[in-house]
Amino acid sequence: MKSETPLHRVEGLGPAHSGTQHFWRERITSVALIPLTVWFGFAVLALVGGRVVDVLTFFQHPWNAGLMGLFIITLLIHSVIGMQSVIDDYVQQPGLKVFALLLNRGFAWLIGAISLVALLRIVS
Amino acid sequence: MADIPHARPTRPRPLSPHLQIYQWSVTMATSITHRITGVALYVGFVFIAWWLVAASMGPEAYEPFLAAAANPIGQLVLFGFTWAAAYHLLNGIRHLAWDVGYGFLPKDAMWSGVVVVALSIIAAVGVFLWAYTVRMGGPVS
Repeated sequence: MKSETPLHRVEGLGPAHSGTQHFWRERITSVALIPLTVWFGFAVLALVGGRVVDVLTFFQHPWNAGLMGLFIITLLIHSVIGMQSVIDDYVQQPGLKVFALLLNRGFAWLIGAISLVALLRIVS
Repeated sequence: MADIPHARPTRPRPLSPHLQIYQWSVTMATSITHRITGVALYVGFVFIAWWLVAASMGPEAYEPFLAAAANPIGQLVLFGFTWAAAYHLLNGIRHLAWDVGYGFLPKDAMWSGVVVVALSIIAAVGVFLWAYTVRMGGPVS
């Protein structure tokens, strides 16, 4: 313990060198997702049975486009962390684990990027 | 103690008791359901992307999406995602309450679990009843 530098001790992160970012990010996104998911549910209900023009008109309102963008980004971050904790728990073989973690990020970011680009296409 | 620690054991080492030995409880069931619905909603993200892409590409692309959603299997899938979202959201609130230190007593954790399951079913059925009766008269998305 004596070999610990004062900076290292005050950081309080131990030998892992990183702390509770994932834990906090998961909580923060989950709090944000409560109102965003409820909003998304009502938005979808408002568009049920409608034509494509209704969807376009809906998202051309800045409020709706902004909330949808925020919903996609928050959902993306929350999904990546959530799936990572599942992989951390169940995938034990190191090589397979790294592959699964990369696949998780690649897949989720791709879906998130596609969603955002589609939203921007609708808005513009 | 083994003489050669790195030698392969001649018979499998004893394992600690696993899932099948425990009696199922409300808290166990709600916990694993939270994880399963989370993974399901991860896949559900693809359907949100599909919806936005279809809408962004105009009526020719949106019609097949609507047809797929209106299909009985599509409706079943959408109902599943609706319930999973309702459950994960409500149980997530329960988890956040635990995070700040509320509801940890076994009886509290049990009744809140029952409430979450009941409310999630009511919410999912409510959304579909609203979609079918208030929003329209037929099965579309």
